[in-house]
Amino acid sequence: MTTINWRRTLTYVLVTAIALAIAVPVAWVLVASLKQKSEFFGSPWTPPEGLHLQNYVDAFVTARMGQYFFTSVLVTLLGLVFVLAVSVPAAYVIARYEFRGRGLVEVALLAGLFVNVNYIVVPIFLMLVGWDRALVDVLPGGFFIDNPGVLSLVYAATSIPFTIYLLTAYFRSIPAEYEEAAALDGASRLRIMTRVMLPMARPALTTVILFNFLAYWNDFIIALTLLPGEGKTLQVGLLNLMTAQKAAADYGRLYAGMVIVIVPVLIFYALIQRRLIEGMASGGVKG
Amino acid sequence: MPGGSPSSIGGRRRGDGLFVLACLLPALVLFAVFMIVPTVNVFRMSFYTWSGFSPDMRFAGLGNFTRLLDDEQFVRAFQNTVALLVVVTVVTMGVGLFLAAIMTRQRLRGRALFRFILYVPSVLSVVVIAAIFSAILDQENGLLNGTLRLLSLDGLRQVWLGDQQLVLWSVAFAMVWQSLGYYMVLYMSGMASIPEELYEASALDGATAGRQFFAITLPLIWQNLRTTLTFFVMSAVNLSFVLVRAMTGGGPDGSSEVLLSYMYKQAYTNSSYGYGMAIGVVIFAFSFLVSLLVSRATRREPLQF
Repeated sequence: MTTINWRRTLTYVLVTAIALAIAVPVAWVLVASLKQKSEFFGSPWTPPEGLHLQNYVDAFVTARMGQYFFTSVLVTLLGLVFVLAVSVPAAYVIARYEFRGRGLVEVALLAGLFVNVNYIVVPIFLMLVGWDRALVDVLPGGFFIDNPGVLSLVYAATSIPFTIYLLTAYFRSIPAEYEEAAALDGASRLRIMTRVMLPMARPALTTVILFNFLAYWNDFIIALTLLPGEGKTLQVGLLNLMTAQKAAADYGRLYAGMVIVIVPVLIFYALIQRRLIEGMASGGVKG
Repeated sequence: MPGGSPSSIGGRRRGDGLFVLACLLPALVLFAVFMIVPTVNVFRMSFYTWSGFSPDMRFAGLGNFTRLLDDEQFVRAFQNTVALLVVVTVVTMGVGLFLAAIMTRQRLRGRALFRFILYVPSVLSVVVIAAIFSAILDQENGLLNGTLRLLSLDGLRQVWLGDQQLVLWSVAFAMVWQSLGYYMVLYMSGMASIPEELYEASALDGATAGRQFFAITLPLIWQNLRTTLTFFVMSAVNLSFVLVRAMTGGGPDGSSEVLLSYMYKQAYTNSSYGYGMAIGVVIFAFSFLVSLLVSRATRREPLQF
């Protein structure tokens, strides 16, 4: 019996050590964001002397994280609206209607699952630059680059394959009787789609929204490339703050900036963690 | 009609075609413009010499690809990517499997909390992870070096992100830190579906926990494991890029450069667009081939419970 207990203790120690290795750095950043500049030169384990909230003011106002926060919210929400607006109808007709070229459409979307956005972000950028150049007479200021709306459109486009794939599978799993009944009652095709099928696809929609939300909110490589001007997203803003901090050794502001980026996601995660993990397990989705 | 279509009642309805087109067109246009066209461009431009901005675009045939062979920085980026792929896969998979087995088999108290904490890095952005690791690994005031000084272990202090020998290990560590919880949860969900009777029966035969793991757990989640191997290939290529871009910028002196970050540098910063796209094609072919080989090598007859 003693050997088993010994083993169990060892297991607990090991698992706890790994959990601490993950929790401590995050917690440390949260705590360190309240320290004054001089406090960073002592031991990293000393607690902050007081609540130095000036770091947050610096991050929000001087480093413009407040403004970037707003851009990120806008871009994420718009991206979600775009992707749902185009993917839901497409997934529905792919699941339910026979039409010429359906096989081809499905294969193309499936292949799209394997195209990673990191490969194509530079071609997308150059394409948009080219469009701006072609329109220089009409819009001398340029339109496509540095446009949050265009950025959300690109977000939506790059997640279309995944979104349609998941939604189509779910629509197919819903029995057709509901639609047949609605059709007999004289409901239009559009009405059947929006009023009968959409409410039933709620679990799949939630999964899709969760994963796309995280993808858009956390992205920085597309935002970095397509918004080179002043209007940045939160992630790019944080990256800039990191570079600036390396030069100026101003850690407090950086850590406050990190907290501003981390906390919304942590709250979101705490609220929906069960859904997120279940969705991941069922879909085998690579985050 | 497969799946049972609403139009199966009384056959096709008039206007079906128009409805299908209206539903499909927006998605297909977006997909074509921002996914298909850029992807085709990657392949097409790899045969050209082009700065990306000037109108001067010359056909180079396979010139970009032959140039790659003599490019020492490219070879180094390739080696770094392969090293990350191997190290991160072995460590993450090993530790992830081990943790998942403990969590499912031994009814640990506080399981939900462990799972919650371990999955946190999966929802954080790569920039945040890079920032956290810069904070930990900072030469002067970082958590790691600061702790080592506190313990009077000054000899162990290192310039974690500034040393050519160490920087890749730091990146690898950050990658494992980031993805461990994700894979643990994936393996746990695979293990949860294994029937308890199998373990009970083998326990009666005197099998130890270790033996059960290799004789029951591992074979029964084999398909699950194979899928994650493909994920590992993708993340070695993609996650390493975003992480390196945010954490080290490829430095010092190219010692943490990976394939995609080198491609980005050539295409975007160096304005050798055609050359960069040739690198892209090579990465694409490489990850495709590795996934294929791994999938072939690990093929087994699927086991039933």
